[in-house]
Amino acid sequence: MPTRIDYDAKIPNNVELSDNRRLQRALEGWQPKFMHWWAEMGPALETQGVYLRTAVSVGRDGWAHFDHVVPQDYRWGIFLAERDPDRRIAFGEHRGEPAWQQVPGEYRADLQRLIVIQGDTEPASVEQQKLLGLTAPSLYDLRNLFQVNVEEGRHLWAMVYLLHAYFGKEGREEAEALLHRNSGSPDTPRILGAFNEETADWLAFYMFTYFTDRDGKYQLGTLKESAFDPLSRTCEFMLKEEAHHMFVGTTGVDRVVTRSAELIREHDTMDIAAHGGIPLDIIQRYLNFHYTVSLDLFGSETSTNAANYYTAGLKGRWMETRRKDDHQLTEDAALLEKPQDDGTWTAEEMQKILLLNLDLRGEYIADCSSGVKRWNKILADAGIDFRFRLPHPGFNRKVGINSGHHITPDGTIVDEATWERSRKHWLPTDEDLAFVRSLMHPVYERGKIASWVAPPRQGINGKPFDYEYVYL
Amino acid sequence: MTTVSFDRRPEDYRHWRLRIEPPLAWLEMDVDEQGGLVPGYELKLNSYDLGVDIELYDAVQRLRFEHPEVRAVILTSAKDKVFCAGANIRMLAGSPHEWKVNFCKFTNETRNGIEDATENSGQIYLAAVNGSCAGGGYEIALACEKILLVDDNSSTVALPEVPLLGVLPGTGGLTRVTDKRRVRKDRADVFATRPDGVKGRTAVDWRLVDELVPRQEFRAVVEQRARELAARSNRPENAQGIVLEPLDRTEDDDRIAYPNTTAELDRAAGVVTITVRGPQADGWLLALTRELDDLILRLRTNEPELGTWVFRTEGDPDAVLAAEREVLTGSDWLSNEVLHYYKRTLKRLDVTSRSLIALIEPGSCFAGVLLELALACDRQYMLDGPPIDDEDSDERASIVLSDANFGAFPMGNGLSRLESRFYGEHDHLDWLKRERDRRLSASEAVELGLVTEAPDDIDWEDEIRIVLEGRAALSPDALTGMEANHRFVGPETIETKIFGRLTAWQNWIFTRPNASGPEGALRRYGTGQKASFDRKRV
Repeated sequence: MPTRIDYDAKIPNNVELSDNRRLQRALEGWQPKFMHWWAEMGPALETQGVYLRTAVSVGRDGWAHFDHVVPQDYRWGIFLAERDPDRRIAFGEHRGEPAWQQVPGEYRADLQRLIVIQGDTEPASVEQQKLLGLTAPSLYDLRNLFQVNVEEGRHLWAMVYLLHAYFGKEGREEAEALLHRNSGSPDTPRILGAFNEETADWLAFYMFTYFTDRDGKYQLGTLKESAFDPLSRTCEFMLKEEAHHMFVGTTGVDRVVTRSAELIREHDTMDIAAHGGIPLDIIQRYLNFHYTVSLDLFGSETSTNAANYYTAGLKGRWMETRRKDDHQLTEDAALLEKPQDDGTWTAEEMQKILLLNLDLRGEYIADCSSGVKRWNKILADAGIDFRFRLPHPGFNRKVGINSGHHITPDGTIVDEATWERSRKHWLPTDEDLAFVRSLMHPVYERGKIASWVAPPRQGINGKPFDYEYVYL
Repeated sequence: MTTVSFDRRPEDYRHWRLRIEPPLAWLEMDVDEQGGLVPGYELKLNSYDLGVDIELYDAVQRLRFEHPEVRAVILTSAKDKVFCAGANIRMLAGSPHEWKVNFCKFTNETRNGIEDATENSGQIYLAAVNGSCAGGGYEIALACEKILLVDDNSSTVALPEVPLLGVLPGTGGLTRVTDKRRVRKDRADVFATRPDGVKGRTAVDWRLVDELVPRQEFRAVVEQRARELAARSNRPENAQGIVLEPLDRTEDDDRIAYPNTTAELDRAAGVVTITVRGPQADGWLLALTRELDDLILRLRTNEPELGTWVFRTEGDPDAVLAAEREVLTGSDWLSNEVLHYYKRTLKRLDVTSRSLIALIEPGSCFAGVLLELALACDRQYMLDGPPIDDEDSDERASIVLSDANFGAFPMGNGLSRLESRFYGEHDHLDWLKRERDRRLSASEAVELGLVTEAPDDIDWEDEIRIVLEGRAALSPDALTGMEANHRFVGPETIETKIFGRLTAWQNWIFTRPNASGPEGALRRYGTGQKASFDRKRV
């Protein structure tokens, strides 16, 4: 039987919070600060109710309960996936030992750091998306934005729960600091670069939810493997919610491309800007930008931190248990492609354990390309020759071995001047951004949608597109 | 092994940017990842190796001599989000033992030099910690008078050596935290066992830093604080700096020669004979000091197997005393700098792990400032008779005590070398004071306790040969420990603690399997594998 979530408690949970007075007091102390943060940094648009999905239990069926909720009345809480009492550690030097139910003192600092960094990204995207509600292309999209936002808020709760429950006073201080750093703040920015970029328009939002939230999926996937069971179970449940964010991204870009294809056909020109659509080359430039910024989130190709985390059992690989190797990786080698100053690429053989970030990034890139295929199919079906492409992983990078080099989207190493000259063809220009922004007019009427995006093929939870998803 | 040179010029710095904006100077760390002194590691995140620190040392020196107009120095990083990650771990892991310890010694001497400039030159250092700051990076900050930390809710200061590497934070790190910044010992314990360090308010509350500054105001506040420090400075107005020209040095395999100093390297015997010449031109003491400083560093770094240094002098004792008086009684800023530089160079000698022997012969000039060299040695031998190669000569060896020997050049323990030699014997020191400014013969020197032995010309050569051969036969490790122990009598200071602990604790920890064995923390760092510790507490 799936554990029910106790919605009668002040903080909905399935961790028997009422039995743990210390933790309850800590979280009840944090809650008003969170609400204050939400009011200050959360969605700028006020609503009377949004048709939101709320988890009622963490089992197979229980996590998708729909109803209209006023966002600030949303009952954020703490939901962990079911515990497997026999779970064993799948990798590293503790492989085969029972999963930890408590934080081992030896790994306390590392685990705390991992959780803080993950936690820091969750509220960041809410902050980045703060103004988007004011320019939503439809009520359907507006509803999705809120869904993403409340769930990112809950993911913050999930990390804060771990900090409060397992890391004592320091954990509580870190939990508070999560609310004090703010995306793009000149004084106290978010820890990772991508979460300080702004999400200024809805195309950026779709790209963000496609590419950047997908990074989140892979990071959560590695943490789900953690020997620290509460972290593992927390991430497992977060992954379910994360899937919807990526759905918003996938179908969002999908609908923009569909609409652009329609306009191209209708007016028989690629230059559809004048007709209120987004030209395909601008979409490609957005893709290039969001993809590469997201690649930076995987960190350096070679990472001793990642290796240490792996050996210690703190953070595994994507689908660790399905991998067919020794799960220690100290003996295995892998190749790392490196750009050289003379403009060539060389491959260096390295211990696999030092290339874990590269391993994860490889999984991610493969996943990203499926979306590109899907969008290209729309173009192919419409008889349009243009094709989207993922740029080379060395393109436009600020982190890792490529960061000091100028690499084109097709992987050619060029000098700075050449790169700068072509930059406008590869990355969104100020004119691109201004143009896309010029299309961003809110459409709040039931069943209506903005000019630059197609309506979804299906509504939410079987409701039609013209359902009143949001009460304004 | 790479031969290391200590010659640097600001125009050629690879890792630092020095900007003079009187009364301030900005010293910005911008380490070139590819600029390691030895192949095999990248200097990521503003981490440093000996080459980076040599430039820092050069900059600190030049600021004192070439820029009297600078009253406060802002030490910061030119990189975003990182101040300094400390000593490069791969460099440490890949370095031979003596290199590691020598490196720690040099970096600590440089940090001490920063504190010395703050205290004695009115050139006050301020650390502007604009990002994460760990290990040796925090030690650089600790050397400064004030530490400002950017308040961005994520930048920390940390000494992660114990938890991450199984070694100590240089030892200057631990000592300065408790003794200089007076961090409570329980908090120091918590701090030094936390790999992630301490940030924000707690760092201020624990006295790890002095002030938090918001990111946007950081530069302005740093500059303002530096100006406040500059206002406190006693640096002279309108003084003209001097240029530290490149050293005139010639080298071959068994000889390093400068205008005022020559070192003869006898590899078979493991002995270096260092001959210092008395004044021949103006500005002698500064020139000599620079040469000695360079020579000590080169020998220490490049010739680890030459375990005994023999000091000789040649020249006119009166000329030495005249040159010394000029500097000692000179009240200008430059005299002050020269005195303190000579003091620091003698201190460098004091903490050098080589057996130091002074040979006082006819024709030598161990007077005043140069007698300090002999007093810095572990033993002094004085020839009681004519020169060995001219037995008909009337010339005899002498030494001269002067004001320079009574407090002008304190050792790291805060005492003069004579006070250290005659620790607690006030009557004896009073007697020595009365013997100032006259030539003392070998027998007088013995009576006054200023030399170890005074063999006559018949015994001299054999006696000295036996001393040197005997020395070379002893365990260099035991000698290192013994000498470091004997040289610093009396009170402990931050400096004696730092170098004593470097000699003992760090030397020991660095060679233990838990640090540098194949499964030790230092060797395993960066491999993704965890150290495996021998759990027995020793």
